[in-house]
Amino acid sequence: MYRYDEIDRELVHQRVAQFRDQTQRFLAGELSEEQFKPLRLMNGLYIQTHAPMLRVAIPYGLLSSDQLRKLAHIARHYDRNYGHFTTRQNLQFNWPKLEDVPDILAELAQVDMHAIQTSGNCIRNVTSDHLAGVNAEEIEDPRPYCEIIRQWSTLHPEFSFLPRKFKIAVTGTKRDRAASQVHDIGLHLVQGADGEVGFQVLVGGGLGRTPVIGKSLREFLGKEDLLSYLEAILRVYNRHGRRDNKYKARIKILVNALGIDAFRDEVEAEWAAIRNGALQLDEAEIERVTAFFAPPAYDPQARLDTSFAEHQTADKAFATWVRRNTRAHKVPGYRVVFVSLKAPGVPPGDITDTQMDALAALADQFSGGMIRSAHDQNLLLADVKLADLYELWQALSAQGLAHANIGTLTDMICCPGLDFCQLANAGSIPIAHQINERFDNLDYLYDLGDIRINMSGCMNACGHHHVGHIGILGVEKHGKEWYQLTLGGSSAEDTALGERLGPAIAKEEVAEVIARILDVYVVHREAEEPFLATVRRIGIAPFKERVYGQTH
Amino acid sequence: MARLIKNRQLAENTVRHLGVDDALPGSDVTVPLARWQAEREQLRFYPHRVGVRLAPDEDPEVLIHDLAHLDLIAVAFPAFTDGRAYSQARLLRERHGYQGEIRALGEVLRDQLQFMARCGIDAFELAPNESPEAALGMFQQIDIHYQPAADGHAPVWQQRRLATQRRLLRP
Repeated sequence: MYRYDEIDRELVHQRVAQFRDQTQRFLAGELSEEQFKPLRLMNGLYIQTHAPMLRVAIPYGLLSSDQLRKLAHIARHYDRNYGHFTTRQNLQFNWPKLEDVPDILAELAQVDMHAIQTSGNCIRNVTSDHLAGVNAEEIEDPRPYCEIIRQWSTLHPEFSFLPRKFKIAVTGTKRDRAASQVHDIGLHLVQGADGEVGFQVLVGGGLGRTPVIGKSLREFLGKEDLLSYLEAILRVYNRHGRRDNKYKARIKILVNALGIDAFRDEVEAEWAAIRNGALQLDEAEIERVTAFFAPPAYDPQARLDTSFAEHQTADKAFATWVRRNTRAHKVPGYRVVFVSLKAPGVPPGDITDTQMDALAALADQFSGGMIRSAHDQNLLLADVKLADLYELWQALSAQGLAHANIGTLTDMICCPGLDFCQLANAGSIPIAHQINERFDNLDYLYDLGDIRINMSGCMNACGHHHVGHIGILGVEKHGKEWYQLTLGGSSAEDTALGERLGPAIAKEEVAEVIARILDVYVVHREAEEPFLATVRRIGIAPFKERVYGQTH
Repeated sequence: MARLIKNRQLAENTVRHLGVDDALPGSDVTVPLARWQAEREQLRFYPHRVGVRLAPDEDPEVLIHDLAHLDLIAVAFPAFTDGRAYSQARLLRERHGYQGEIRALGEVLRDQLQFMARCGIDAFELAPNESPEAALGMFQQIDIHYQPAADGHAPVWQQRRLATQRRLLRP
């Protein structure tokens, strides 16, 4: 993990002091609501339906146990004993008091954390693959580059008032677990023709009201050119992106208006002028940052364990959890553990202060003191020995964190929706509850296999509904909540936008309609064919017929 | 006239911002880009300070042959959330080597002064409700800068190396 030095620490402390001054001026009436808004947004502070919402940055989803304990402390002392993990690997507090926020930021600064650029029209927290560094197919660990980008983009004087927010994701394998194709910029570590490792650069992806899949801007970019190339893209966007309509202000609209070729010409011309300047990275800096992410000292004896197999034979529930909630690790003798934040009755992504403290202790005991947050709103312990899995499972179960549903229908990605968010038109959490109640038979869920539901309470698409295998979009009609369904979306390497199933569905019918969709899948699937593959093979018509044929 | 901070001090504002048709007043002025382009030959010999006002969508590159004749270039923040002038200022300083005054006009608030200064803006006509005394204190609010810009700061990795070397040299 990257460790702050005095430079990083000083910056965060100065930023806390600056925000304290801004908040005091606002509370004293010296700053108008309108003037304070962009300032608080640059520090992750929204005004929500009930209270302010503070979004804390978790750079590329990596947390130490001390940091998680601090988040638990903040949840307990400044909020209502819980936090909510987002699709961008961050954590949100839904109930802080505005006047407490400077103190919360000061608490975060004690453990080298902050809320800088977690909202606002600036470069947001850089996201990455939650299996970075532990999966066997990796070309290179993407996290050092995330950190280099984090530093370059932090309080960037030129790019703090962009036309709109700007999101960057970096991945290091051919598998895409970071939804990089629906980011403003997606960076893929790739191997060039001569074996040199660099980046493929995608641009102009995004969801929201105008969902677009990113286009390839450059097939290969040398590592030394990473920051100068990003600066060139951002400068073209800052100068030419639309500012007259916030729904047309993302870079995807500019890329589509110019066409990718003309956009590329602009970027390349800008880049040519700055390429060999001060932003050129040298090998020493890449090595320095990479060293922070060096693998821990794995135990070569870990692979000799036999208890893991015995426990699986003896305890069926444990075996099921292993199958659903753990993944292969690149080092023999270890596994990656998913900590499910999708237990029934709990809003997806929510975690209590007690659970955070317990998980921090388990991370210390079993996984090098590190915790990761994933794009799909779950947490991970990435380096667990086979011999420790049974004890870890028992401890997680006691905390309600071992619900064995990772990758299944109830492992939903979900925005906060109408219950918390001012933008929302409809609830998402009540729909998640409805789905959990209807599909409470785990054996049925296991039989269905990998299915991803994404749910958003409005067109802004925070729950990424366009790219769910089943997408659910809340809309408001005549003062009532309705839900539009899409099928066939994906945010993985085969990224696709879902196709609309038909007219919106009444709130109380959502789970029933999903049940019918699943019936069609079960009838049509071939052998081990996953849901998404069946949808793609047979098309949307049979689903449409089953859903609407009976209700009309 | 708007209150002016220049070179990090309160300064007297002597510049009048003329429209397309306003008569030259016999004192310091700025004119819009189009007027400069139409009247360049006369304005070059105007016996007071003369500058051009760039609108946010205008390309500073059109001025590259005029830079030696311009005492100042004004960039505009029609709203403080409109960040195009940051790029214009950096291009003028870093790419085109402009050494004269770059002045921020419009909704110029204290919380943005440091970003503006880092991009090469050195004169600030403050928004009407902004306190000049309070604004003066904002230039040093954050003195750690990760990225190079128009203010000569080295990228952070070079700063770290220097800091390490200094520590090693310390007795």
